[in-house]
Amino acid sequence: MSKAAVNGVLLLATLYMVLPLVWLVTAAAKNTGDLLGGRTLTPDRWHLGQNLADLAATGDGIYFRWYLNSLLYAGVGAVLCAFICVAAGYAFHVYRFPGKEKLFGLVLLGVLVPTTALALPMYLLASKAGVVNTFWAVFVPSLVNPFGVYLARVFCRGYIPGEVLEAARMDGAGELRTFWSIGLRMVMPGFVTICLFQFTAIWNNFFLPLVMLSDTELFPVSLGLYAWNTQTRAFPEYYPMVVTGSLLAVVPLVVAFVGLQRFWKAGMTAGAVK
Amino acid sequence: MAVPLSTGSPAGRPAPRRRWRPGAPAVLLLPFFVLFTVCTLVPIGNAVHLSLYSEKRSGLGFGGVERVFSGLGNYTAALGDPAFRDGFLNLALYCLLYIPLMTGLSLLLALLLDSTLARAKRFFQLALFLPHAVPGIIAALIWMYLYTPGVSPVIGALDAAGVQADILGTPVPAVVNIALWEWTGYNLIIFFAALQAIPREVLEASVVDGAGPLRTALSIKVPLIRPSLAMVGLFTVIGSLQLFTEPMILHGAAPGVVTTWTPNMYAYTAAFERNDYGLAAASSVLLALAAAALSFLVTRFSGGRSGSGEGSAKATAKASARRSGKGGHA
Repeated sequence: MSKAAVNGVLLLATLYMVLPLVWLVTAAAKNTGDLLGGRTLTPDRWHLGQNLADLAATGDGIYFRWYLNSLLYAGVGAVLCAFICVAAGYAFHVYRFPGKEKLFGLVLLGVLVPTTALALPMYLLASKAGVVNTFWAVFVPSLVNPFGVYLARVFCRGYIPGEVLEAARMDGAGELRTFWSIGLRMVMPGFVTICLFQFTAIWNNFFLPLVMLSDTELFPVSLGLYAWNTQTRAFPEYYPMVVTGSLLAVVPLVVAFVGLQRFWKAGMTAGAVK
Repeated sequence: MAVPLSTGSPAGRPAPRRRWRPGAPAVLLLPFFVLFTVCTLVPIGNAVHLSLYSEKRSGLGFGGVERVFSGLGNYTAALGDPAFRDGFLNLALYCLLYIPLMTGLSLLLALLLDSTLARAKRFFQLALFLPHAVPGIIAALIWMYLYTPGVSPVIGALDAAGVQADILGTPVPAVVNIALWEWTGYNLIIFFAALQAIPREVLEASVVDGAGPLRTALSIKVPLIRPSLAMVGLFTVIGSLQLFTEPMILHGAAPGVVTTWTPNMYAYTAAFERNDYGLAAASSVLLALAAAALSFLVTRFSGGRSGSGEGSAKATAKASARRSGKGGHA
């Protein structure tokens, strides 16, 4: 194998991965005619400003309402979920208690349950409880991530040496105090990793909001774009807004992944190799 | 477990000189397990329960709804429905195409990236991973546009070259391509990280033994990263069976993608268009059972072989021998 062949294949694969994203950027700057006419990969006839203005004007700026909703579901949800996962993972790492490995086995079994198979029964339960079509119906299920607990345990094993906890106890710190002031601080890279993955998962979630929500005011971006997309047949002027809206919805995730490279790499390796 | 850190003894007898507070682990575990019970265990139980009942509407539907026990009636109804069976068939075709292609491609790219010939490794890793940062629904939207004749510059270019491509008319490859785009980079990173963790001495040894780069890759590297392959296989199977978002988006543009195109879509349609919750629950349970059976097979195969597989055992033995031999100097 030559150097040219190896790098050539890698470059080809990169083009396949990146070109659709380039299309998204240029297409978001086109008007309806150019977009539907396939004149998208050229940089001329810039229309991005107008598209953004349309996006802000449609339905009293409902798109940005969806955006804020997504930030709320994903931002608050991810931080809380990571905290819950790290607390549980820490407990599994530090303590010995009866039935511990059986309980952990239950967590691992939870990893294997297809989440979409759960959405429907969850909807039925939520409708009995009267919380369908509320913020909580989407928010509460997003706090559960069994894989996060597994990851947190792996991270605690790697980041928290037993001697430090012993020292904290010698100094008279209570168990919860030790967790809060020592354990949580030491496992912070793991916390950030779980947080990042959960943020992405909630931001990308489509099935659960689709099942739970009918009030457009509560929609996250993913569901809002889906709703707009189903209307493009009748109203072609929605096409540029779906594309521009998609571009804006990708931005926070790309920024997060580019900025937090070392965290997601660490997270994926922790899950895979150990 | 590397560091045993008990604060109490296994038998529950308090260890000497340590303050044992039984409350702490419970407090830390409680939030997760309460939510896990409410959002996972109870829905599973509820789904199984629901699947055993069917709803009978009396008269024209004004007389209210009566729930009657129907045993496995919903299961036979789902399995007897050609639409449901077609959904499983589509899913099977999708898996047959997607799983080997995705695993093969990400493994190949990881091996290339791991070879000494590759340049700009950090750049390639990030660029290849980037599609994974795109939400599934947006990935599906982008590709839907790229598949649509007239709108798509790709189809336009193919047309100009004299190639007639009717991508929307062949839904399985169309969906496979979207999934490939979304997941290859993700799994590539997992494989690459595992490859980087292989002790360099093992690779040096294989060079000394006269193995070329191809031989090293196939006989040394791949067997050594079998745990990663198994994990990727497991998660890919679970994820593939849930196929929903991408075909749901293509449904608007491709007439071949009906609303029952995958079992998951079938369950959704049964619940929200036919209001038949029993049937929806039964098809969800069948899907979950299929996922469980396949995950079992995947773990069984990959786990069973890694112990007895000759190549892997030899390579591991060699690795540990080399490591212990060189350990003193390093």
